[in-house]
Amino acid sequence: MSLLHLAVLSPLLLALLIPFLHKHFRNIHTGWFLLPLPAVLFGYFLQFISVTRHGDTVMESLPWISSLGIDFSLKIDGLGLLFALLITGIGALVVLYSIYYLSPEKEKLNTFYIYLLLFMGAMLGVVLSDNLIVLYSFWELTSFSSFLLIGYWNHKERSRYGAQKSMLITVFGGLSMLGGILLLYIITGTFSISETIAMSNEVVNHPLFTATLILFLLGAFTKSAQFPFHIWLPDAMEAPTPVSAYLHSATMVKAGIYLVARMTPVFAHSGTWVWLVAGIGVITLFWGSFSAVKQTDLKAILAFSTVSQLGMIMSLLGIGAAALHYGTIKDGYYIVAVTAAVFHLINHATFKGSLFMVTGIIDHETGTRDIRKLGGLMNFMPITFTLAIIGTFSMAGVPPFNGFLSKEMFFTGMLRVAEMDIFSLETWGILFPVIAWSASVFTFLYSMIYVFKTFTGKYQPEKLEKKPHEAPIGMLVSPVILASLVIIFGIFPNVLSHNIISPAMGSILPSLLADGESFDVHISHWHGFSPELFMTLGVIVLGLLLFKTLSKWTGIYRIFPERLSLNHLYDGGLEMIEVASRNITKTYMNGFIRTYLVYIFSFLIFILATTMIYKDAFKLDFSNVAPIRFFEVVLVLIMAVSAITILFAKSRLTSIILLGAVGYTVALFFVIFRAPDLALTQLVIETVSVALFLLAFYHLPQIRRNEERIRFKLTNALISIGVGAIVTLIALSSHSNKMFDSISQYYVENTYKKAGGENMVNVILVDFRGFDTMFEITVLGIAALGIFAMIKLRMTRGKEQE
Amino acid sequence: MKTNDVILQTVTKFTLFVIILFSIHLFFAGHYYPGGGFIGGLMTSGAIVLLLLAFDIKTVKAILPIDYIKVIAIGLLFSIGTGAGALILDMPFLTHAFTYVDLPLLGKTSLHTAVLFDTGVFLVVIGVTMTIIQTIGESE
Repeated sequence: MSLLHLAVLSPLLLALLIPFLHKHFRNIHTGWFLLPLPAVLFGYFLQFISVTRHGDTVMESLPWISSLGIDFSLKIDGLGLLFALLITGIGALVVLYSIYYLSPEKEKLNTFYIYLLLFMGAMLGVVLSDNLIVLYSFWELTSFSSFLLIGYWNHKERSRYGAQKSMLITVFGGLSMLGGILLLYIITGTFSISETIAMSNEVVNHPLFTATLILFLLGAFTKSAQFPFHIWLPDAMEAPTPVSAYLHSATMVKAGIYLVARMTPVFAHSGTWVWLVAGIGVITLFWGSFSAVKQTDLKAILAFSTVSQLGMIMSLLGIGAAALHYGTIKDGYYIVAVTAAVFHLINHATFKGSLFMVTGIIDHETGTRDIRKLGGLMNFMPITFTLAIIGTFSMAGVPPFNGFLSKEMFFTGMLRVAEMDIFSLETWGILFPVIAWSASVFTFLYSMIYVFKTFTGKYQPEKLEKKPHEAPIGMLVSPVILASLVIIFGIFPNVLSHNIISPAMGSILPSLLADGESFDVHISHWHGFSPELFMTLGVIVLGLLLFKTLSKWTGIYRIFPERLSLNHLYDGGLEMIEVASRNITKTYMNGFIRTYLVYIFSFLIFILATTMIYKDAFKLDFSNVAPIRFFEVVLVLIMAVSAITILFAKSRLTSIILLGAVGYTVALFFVIFRAPDLALTQLVIETVSVALFLLAFYHLPQIRRNEERIRFKLTNALISIGVGAIVTLIALSSHSNKMFDSISQYYVENTYKKAGGENMVNVILVDFRGFDTMFEITVLGIAALGIFAMIKLRMTRGKEQE
Repeated sequence: MKTNDVILQTVTKFTLFVIILFSIHLFFAGHYYPGGGFIGGLMTSGAIVLLLLAFDIKTVKAILPIDYIKVIAIGLLFSIGTGAGALILDMPFLTHAFTYVDLPLLGKTSLHTAVLFDTGVFLVVIGVTMTIIQTIGESE
């Protein structure tokens, strides 16, 4: 285990300690114990920049299930490092912010921080794993922790709804991705990402390629809230605001982006990939920003804005993938899209993180997030207002903030799509810049709505729960740091370009680089009077115009009926599934154990008989059997007579005793066939179960005679005779068909030599097949707990009703 | 319902110890002669069931104040712990070890990690049987 493994697992390990810390240091806010960890991890990951900036990577491997090709291998390269820094850096700021946001008196801080740590560890695992199965495991863990965090205020109905929705959608995607991983394994024979990338040529030409690609993209699109799976993200806003800032804008939703970026070297050679990633990305970009305008909840605006920005990064990655078709880095005309994607990823984390924190402050200090109630807060919260201005103007793409730079590069990338001559982009490619530009207008618009509807306009104190005032200094530290980054990256973008952006691009487009080469990234503010500049100006002018005339045209949002919305489809679909499955279940589950036994035994007969006939395995060969002795005949007769008599028994006691007789006779059979262990077990089991029957029936009321008599039922008779016949036939056939040597000789030889025992049966139980035994006793334990729970629950419910 | 079962109760008081001793013998004999954790555990449960039949559940609970669900948990810990112990020594899960030692009075004796595993089985079987019987018996 290397230091790197420890770093990835450290949040999970700290999570184990949280309950104790929470319990024993009640007067200290639990968040303070957490804060050092992401900060230290951030410092730890920072030192890897010196490695990745030269295009080198760090690889640490820990054998896990080596026989299946699953190793806990971690790899630090430019892309993974960028995400690791985001996770730990934003993580530290969010923890600091949450200390002031969540009050230790009202909230269950221990569970909150355990979930948060689970998420942090899982997310680090996702971005640093080099093994697809390990990546998948961490991926699902992020879904689970997100589920728990969204449902953190689980007394609220909306929280539970949002948590379930996000869980269903992201886990659906996760399972699809697992399918993709398995298909990829079938193609390449390895789970290692590095090895898979090296084999990308074989992957592209494989017949399973398209299926694999689509399954992977389902995983990425659901996680990153791409159209039409974006509907879970707005509902996820029920989580506490620090969580929204961290999981649902800065890190977890970018896991899908990470996956797309990571798999680009494998899949990008196909037109399907370029079209799907870029196309869905652009649709999401437009739909997200278009829907954001009609929202009235500040967090809902940010949620749709996140959806739209994720779509933007996604589309840039899709277009960047097309760059692979144009040879080398020398004519890096289309690579600008990938640069923009990576740069905007960082920028989005900074400005959206600070905006979420600003929203949290507004919510915290006024008691509402509804823009219809807010207004004129500028005078009460000057610092928050400044932060909001920086964040929104960066989001809108206004100079000199970092959002402007990445937005310009985004336009450049989109404009160049129209010039591409592959995958029929020359005809439809023109749509990309058009949609992208109109989406940007809406982005500008909702940014303005966010800041001006909240901070300017009429102050309405009667609608607010609290009297607004500036937030405490602790809550302001984190957003101030993020907002400063927005400005610093805006003015000096090139601090990032060589250290972070270029190595990350090297991981996304490795095939364009020769050995030792790296992408030469230079971001500048002024490109001359280029089309991009005019596009930005157009966005600002039209955006302002639309903002001024907002009330005149918002009617268009009502044209689209609620009944046709995706949310309606989701809710309706869920309900339909529930109703349909309940109805199907009702047709055969009637609550009587005897009916279920009929199903089980009929199926047993059916499946066994079919297999035996299909395989032509019925074969009776009496040449090698021992003669039947008198003693055995007597035992069989006793057994048969007792079994048949049970059917006619008039009292329960008689039935129990007769059943016991059958059991003991079987034990005698084991004795004469020299199986002492079996005989002993059978004897004791029989004794205990007879006692159990007696105990259970001891208190039952006397049952009237006419109910006691079992009526003759043809089906039941046929089924019981059928089971008997089929089992007998299988026993005889298995004796007659000797297809391979018996394994018993192995045990005879090795029981003493390898396990130091002489009783073969027991040595098999505890040693050779110890795994079986272990799981058997586990199953036994679960069964006992089940019986305990069922009976105890029934008893307490009975008491409540009385 | 008052029944006169003096004979059963008196006999039980004697035989109980014999059965339990025998079950412990079966448990330890397992590796060389018929027996083992499964049979031993069942036999012990049989003894307790006999006690239940002769006296009533309340009395037995007073004599043996054991939470059988915890017995299941401890048993499972034994079995899985023995298996996991091998991992610490960098061996595959559930690798057993054995050796022979000379003890005073007993002479040459074998020591097995399999016994620890079997102890788990023994405890789980007792726990499961008694949990089921006790819950069903109490439920009236």
